Order: sequence, then structure tokens, then C-alpha cells
Amino acid sequence: MRIERFIAVAVVGGLGLALAGCDRTRETGSGSSAGGAHEAFPAGSTMARLNKAQKIAIGTKFDQPGFGMKGLSGVPEGFDVEIGKIIAGELGIPVDKIEWVETPSKVREDYIQQGRVDIVVATYTINDKRKERIDFAGPYYQAGQNLMVRSDEKSITGPDSLKDGARKVCTATGSTSGETIKKYIADPASQLVLFDTYDKCRDALKGKQVDAVTTDNVILLGYIARSEGAFKMAGDNFTEEPYGIGLKKGDKAFRAAINDILARSYEDGEWKRAWDATAGKFGARAGTPPAVNRY
Amino acid sequence: MRLLIDNFDVFAGGFWVTFQLCVISAVAALALGTLLAVMRVSPVPPLRMVAAGYVAAFRNLPLTVVFFFTAFGLPALGSNASILKIPGLDLLFRRLGTDLPYFRFAVLALSLYTAAFVCEAFRAGINAVPAGQAEAGRAIGLTFSQNLRLVILPQAWRAAIVPLGSAIIAMIKNSALAGFFGVVGDLAQTADQLTSAEGNPFIPVAIGICIGYLVLTVPLGLLLDRVERGRAAASR
Repeated sequence: MRIERFIAVAVVGGLGLALAGCDRTRETGSGSSAGGAHEAFPAGSTMARLNKAQKIAIGTKFDQPGFGMKGLSGVPEGFDVEIGKIIAGELGIPVDKIEWVETPSKVREDYIQQGRVDIVVATYTINDKRKERIDFAGPYYQAGQNLMVRSDEKSITGPDSLKDGARKVCTATGSTSGETIKKYIADPASQLVLFDTYDKCRDALKGKQVDAVTTDNVILLGYIARSEGAFKMAGDNFTEEPYGIGLKKGDKAFRAAINDILARSYEDGEWKRAWDATAGKFGARAGTPPAVNRY
Repeated sequence: MRLLIDNFDVFAGGFWVTFQLCVISAVAALALGTLLAVMRVSPVPPLRMVAAGYVAAFRNLPLTVVFFFTAFGLPALGSNASILKIPGLDLLFRRLGTDLPYFRFAVLALSLYTAAFVCEAFRAGINAVPAGQAEAGRAIGLTFSQNLRLVILPQAWRAAIVPLGSAIIAMIKNSALAGFFGVVGDLAQTADQLTSAEGNPFIPVAIGICIGYLVLTVPLGLLLDRVERGRAAASR
């Protein structure tokens, strides 16, 4: 897999070199996809490599309404996807040259470390444990964990409602939401269900096997928007989940470049447009974008 | 190594859940499988047909599909498998009695699936008993059930024990699927939790999980070897 990819990159890279003479025509043609003129990238940097290869592999989720959702159209859509497009555009890579790779929660670090993706934009919460293996640009969005319940539910008003031990809650395996909610429940054996996707949690909520689904509010908003009034949010966010863009550990120049791109997108309104066109449709206001953290 | 020691309680918890799941499912599968085997050799054609149909269905479906049916099909039909909330037993195995039905769904899937193999192992054992034994039983006036209980099954059991053990060992390994159908905290799901949510390296966790399963299966395998050797000695 890696070798194939390496060859592919090498071949495309070689092609890029061979066609360097004709590059001028492309510069004027495709630069418009991001609307920004891009300065020459320092030689040897990841940005220069990607720009030269005219190809970028972006990891995102394929099952997250509003953020990364691959529907019948065959291309993923959502806020994360738009952020990915903005970054690719600023690197001088046209939208149709982006390779979208599905990265469910549990493979994200591995895929970055193995070089199977160049960046991951996948509702990816920045935390220290993950920073041990990869680096984060951003955050580009500030989410928070919340609970989704059936619309007729009155007894759950927040995570503290789970402490009595009677209410059951579902979340995805390998997510930080599961670890967080364990602090609120009395007994995981009788209260916690973990599935590999939130779709199964939603079905369990609908079928009344569980009483709540917990994860980041924006993910829940997507399900609520599509539930035709069957579900609602229970109370306020009880954590802060800054979403970052995962990239290879130690690639400082690439991280700084993405942070610059994000900061620019805040200013020129690109970020807000992306939000309003995707996750914003579910009723959550864009608000002010979080300041990028140049650690 | 340190990871295994630090997380010993997590592994032990996972082991305990898997152990409970296996014990309950094994008992249920043996009981149901024996019943099916008796039906398959019974002189009543409808019973034979039902049992043969059952075996044909459950032996030939992938276990994952059976799990899908119990974990997602039953709720869609409005069932939480509450029939398995057996009074008394749910005190011993607390997860049987909780409101959360996924442990029961897993027990159901595993035992329904394994029962088909248990049935076939038993039937092979019954077929291994020389026909003269059953004929002799009938000749002295034993009814079908007397013949079965007193003559056939005691002999069939000896021929069937090893294939039965293999079916149970296969079931213990198959139980790893339960963790991916909503059963929280069994051995396999513990691995998932330790690696992807808590970010531990994969290989040491995998080794810990392997040890957990081997502790369950290897003694059973050794026991079967002994039984087999004993039987070989007896028939010499």
C-alpha cells in the first residue's frame, strides 16, 4: 500500500517536473478555485511537495452529516470537506485532484503516521494524548459534547441525569466522548453501549434500547436535523472540543502554513461561507472562529 | 509488559465478561443442540424436518449475520430478549438482567449459532453407535426415549465429546464478535477501547487479549486431549 502510494507520488511528481515548462498556464487556470494567489513555497517543504505533485490525500469522515458525509453523489460533503478544499486550494491543488480518504476515529493517527493521508480534517478533537503521535493545526471550530434524546424525553436535562444509574447512553467506540461520559454514569455494564458508528446509536435511541446518544454537539445537530422532530438536545455542552487538522508530527512549516490558511479564511469570509453552506444549515450559528493555536 | 500490569483490572474485567458470555452461551447451546440432535434422529418426520431445517439455516449463515439479526433485527421487531432475564440466574450473571439488552442479544446469537454445530456433533456420535445396539434395545421392548436415554446417548456421548469440545472452543473464539454488537467491556472490545480511545500501542494490548482468550481455550483443549487419550486406552 505504502509502496504503491510512494510510486504514485513519485510518478506524478516526475510528471510534474517534466511538465514544469507548461506550469504557467495551470497557475492562472486553477488558482481561482481558492481565490487566493499563493506565494512560492520553500523548497523541500510539504507544501512545495504537494503543490508540485498536484495531489493531496485528505482524511475525513464519510458518515458525519454536516461535516464529512459521503452520499449518493460519491464525493464527501460537509464543513470538514470545505475546510479541506480551502487548504488544498491555497496549496494550489484543484478540487478534483483531492483524494478523499475515509478516516473513522480509530485510524486517524495511524493513517497520518503511515503517510496514507497528508492531512486529516475529521471532527478531530485536539488533545495532548493525540499530540504525542501527531501534530494539530487549528483549531478551526470549537465544538462541545452534548446529549441527544428522544423529543418526548423530559427526565434527562444533562449528563448529571445519568448518575442515578437508570438511564442508558450510547456513543461510538474509540471516541473521547465515551471516556468523558464514563465519569457521569454509575455503572458502564448496565448504562453504556458502544457501536462503531453513530448511525447504530441513533437506531438504538429510536428503538428505545438506549435513552441518550452522546458526542459532540455538531454531530448530534446533524442527526436532529434529519430526524424530523424525533430527537432533541438535552441541555448545554458540557465539554469543549476544539477541532484541529491532523498532520505528521514535527512538520512545523506545514502546520504554520495551514494555520496561516485558516487565519486567512477567517478574515476573508471563506470560513463563514463554508460553515453556512454545510453544518450551519442545521441551525448552529457560525459564531466567531476560534483563534488558531500556534504551539 | 508494564501496560499489561497497569491495565490488569481492565483486562480482568474484559475476561470476566467474556467468561460469563461463554458459560451461558455454552450451556444454552449444549441444551438446544442436544434437543435438536434428538429431534433429528426421532421417528417423527416433522420433528426431523424442523431440526434439519434449523441446522441448515444456522450452520450455513455467517455468525456476523446472526448477530446483526439479534442485535438490530430483534429491536426492530420490538423485542429486547427479555425472556433471557431468568430469575435467579440474573443475580449470578448480572448482565443478563440489566435493561441494556445487548448482552442477551449476544447470548442468543452465540447459542443459536453454536447449537447447530452441537447438534451435528451429537448426531455424528449417535451414528457412531452400532445399529445393533438400538435394535437390541427395541428387541427387549424399550421405547424410543428409553432406548435413547439408556442405550444410545451414553455411548454417543463418548464419541461426541471431542467434536463437541471443538464446537465450544470455536464458540469462545466467536464470542469476540459480541464486543462489536453493543456488549461493552468484553475482551475484544476492551482491546478496541485501550487502543483507539486511550491511545495505547496496539501490540501489547493485542498480546494481553490473546492471553485472555488462551486462558479460556487452552485448558479446554487439554481436557479434550485427556478425554481422548483415556478413551483410546479404554477401547484398547
